[in-house]
Amino acid sequence: MTLDLNTIWFVLVAVLFAGYFFLEGFDFGVGILLPFVAKNDNERRMVINSIGPHWDGNEVWLITAGGAIFAAFPNWYATLFSGFYLALFLILVALIVRGVAFEFRSKHDSASWRRGWDYAIIFGSALPALLWGVAFGNIVRGVPIDESMTFTGNLFTLLNPYSLLFGVVTLVLFTLHGALFLSLKMDGVVLERTKKYIQMLWIPVVVLVVAFVALSYFETDLFEGFNIVQGVGLLAAVVALLSVGWTMRQGRYGASFIGTGVTIIGTVILLFGGLFPRVMPSSMGAEFDLTIYNASSSPYTLQIMTVIALTMVPIVLAYQAWSYWVFRKRLTTDSHLEY
Amino acid sequence: MEVVDLARLQFASTTLYHFIFVPLTIGLSLMIAIMQTQYVRTGDEGYKRMTKFWGKLFLINFAMGVVTGIVQEFQFGMGWSEYSRFVGDIFGAPLAIEALMAFFIESTFIGLWIFGWDKLPKRIHLLTIWLVAFATALSALWILIANSWMQNPVGYEVVNGRAQMNDFIAVITNPNIFRQFPHLIFGSFTTAGFFVAAISAYRLLRTQGKDNVLFLRSLKYGLVFGLASVMVTMLSGHFSGQFLVEKQPMKLAAAEALWESEDPAGLSFFQIGNEEDRTSIINIRIPSLLSFLTYDEFNGLIPGINDLNAVYQEEYADVYGPDADYVPPMIWMIYWSFRAMVGFGMLMALISLVGLFLWSRKQLPNAKWFLTLLPFTIVLPYIANSTGWVMTEVGRQPWIVQGLMRTEDAISPNLTPTDLWISLIGFTVVYGALAVADFYLLWKFGSSGDMSDELLPTPSDQPDDLQLENAY
Repeated sequence: MTLDLNTIWFVLVAVLFAGYFFLEGFDFGVGILLPFVAKNDNERRMVINSIGPHWDGNEVWLITAGGAIFAAFPNWYATLFSGFYLALFLILVALIVRGVAFEFRSKHDSASWRRGWDYAIIFGSALPALLWGVAFGNIVRGVPIDESMTFTGNLFTLLNPYSLLFGVVTLVLFTLHGALFLSLKMDGVVLERTKKYIQMLWIPVVVLVVAFVALSYFETDLFEGFNIVQGVGLLAAVVALLSVGWTMRQGRYGASFIGTGVTIIGTVILLFGGLFPRVMPSSMGAEFDLTIYNASSSPYTLQIMTVIALTMVPIVLAYQAWSYWVFRKRLTTDSHLEY
Repeated sequence: MEVVDLARLQFASTTLYHFIFVPLTIGLSLMIAIMQTQYVRTGDEGYKRMTKFWGKLFLINFAMGVVTGIVQEFQFGMGWSEYSRFVGDIFGAPLAIEALMAFFIESTFIGLWIFGWDKLPKRIHLLTIWLVAFATALSALWILIANSWMQNPVGYEVVNGRAQMNDFIAVITNPNIFRQFPHLIFGSFTTAGFFVAAISAYRLLRTQGKDNVLFLRSLKYGLVFGLASVMVTMLSGHFSGQFLVEKQPMKLAAAEALWESEDPAGLSFFQIGNEEDRTSIINIRIPSLLSFLTYDEFNGLIPGINDLNAVYQEEYADVYGPDADYVPPMIWMIYWSFRAMVGFGMLMALISLVGLFLWSRKQLPNAKWFLTLLPFTIVLPYIANSTGWVMTEVGRQPWIVQGLMRTEDAISPNLTPTDLWISLIGFTVVYGALAVADFYLLWKFGSSGDMSDELLPTPSDQPDDLQLENAY
């Protein structure tokens, strides 16, 4: 594997998605858990405020991933976004109502108003958590792409058992990831309920991940020409996930949160490692695969974008990390709540 | 309707909807940053209360802008895959840079601003809102760099049927940006100025209370901001027009519904045209004024729609056949959009001048008629913003990239009318519902929100002994 600009951008897109799923993964999880761990308005506000300062910054990882694909691999962007049209439309609607819900929910003093926005948060968190898994399941499994790089299926092409299983994996894994984040941010009765859900979710996550890896062996070519990068990703994901079972029993939830985070990142490495050098395999024949070469921008654009991205990404990481540091404290029932 | 019409309708409606929120975000973030700076500098609590009051309205608006903006990043690929393939090399770059340089700053520091009042030192907290204001403007710059390339492609060569960038500096210094960016930024400041002035006037009339001094102060902020900005907006718009005759003469001709070339050309005030025959039925004009505005002298050829069409038909005969049509659809819409934008711009300039005159005479708090009028003017910048984009984008048709690619060739080939109907109806329903909620909250806080930190109880069906401060 030579480190040309196309490869660098493939890695950068993988990094952006890994960052996105790590970060928004937990704020999706928090949204999904809202009705389960919080039983009155004050508790719900605490839960929502735990991700209040962060959800928007987390979401920009997705927007940047989209922009990076557009700039570096326009054919990938064109085929993926037009091909997965209705699925992406659903994700957009979910993200729209969810984002507005955070801001609007506590600005009006009415139980039905707040309940409505709570549903928007729950639905808006669960649906993308599921659909991103379905989308990536389809990307690695391969979808019908013809010689003009056009997707020839429809929404139902995407709803195959393998991809749906991966959707459930991401849904439940993000929920556990979110529960672990909440365990670091909550106190009192909400924390107790959160701990209960952590215990409840771990085994299903392990079972689902094992089932997904096993099914990948039959349904995809992820394990053909299995390489060292994938090996590292898979090993990291499995070890980290098992370690969660160990650390959570000791009540070391910070370590468990890192554990589910590494599981998410390891899974992204496994999938992108298996795709490389393709970006979207075609189920109609390997000659129609989109690769980092036939889907890419010109070397000139890649050069410019490399300089800009390698300058900006460390700066972004620094101030986002600082923002997490500022809001590192637990929220208690008498914390000042903005949302 | 055909797929391409549905896709255009969807892109136009979601983008115009997004742009309801963008200008206020850009303008109001700067005004709030200035108010908060005054607070930090003087320690006057009044400025803090102004910052919080306008900040609340800002955040309600900001949320809508953020979420509707995600759609923009996706829908080039979703609806317009052939466009994305053709221009990705050039157009994708500014979008990615916008996300890296602007969206990350905006989203992270708005979180720090909202939640950081008690957690950050005063000056650091002030810095966060300045960074937000800076990032919203920077974001507009990058998106206009992308849009400018559609209006005036530069720094590229077409290789294997794809536009490839060969000069990044040319792309980011596209002469179009120097007209369009100031126009948009100062249009945004105008929007915020009128927003603040209109609500302040309403409050001054309605509530004779302790907050009046702060609403009067806000009104003055709004008027100064509005007047200074609308003047620059008009000036930059004038230079945009002069640029059009050079780069997009068809758009200029369409904005005037000037069917035949003229030298000197008059400026039309009111026209009823026949779009089938491409002739004018009634046209009331000021002689020579269009030539003067365009060339700074009272004569000069302004090419008409029919002559330009003939020129394009000859130029592109090899590519699209000799009979292809290069006249934008719905000339009436471009013509009246242009008039609405310019007309309302002038009206806003007049209103702010009157306001400043009353202020200089110390009549502002007592001029009931003026304070009654101002709340209605809140719609003026919104209409001018939207019609400005309608003119810019419809006026470029049938091209999606001026002279290089036609809109009808840009659509995603796999989409069916069903796909588009589902998304079009879906977006319309969701956006409609959100508009109602957004308007309700703006109305609630704008018309009766206190200029101080208020305590909002939790809903009454849930007994709760805790009192939560609801700052937002």
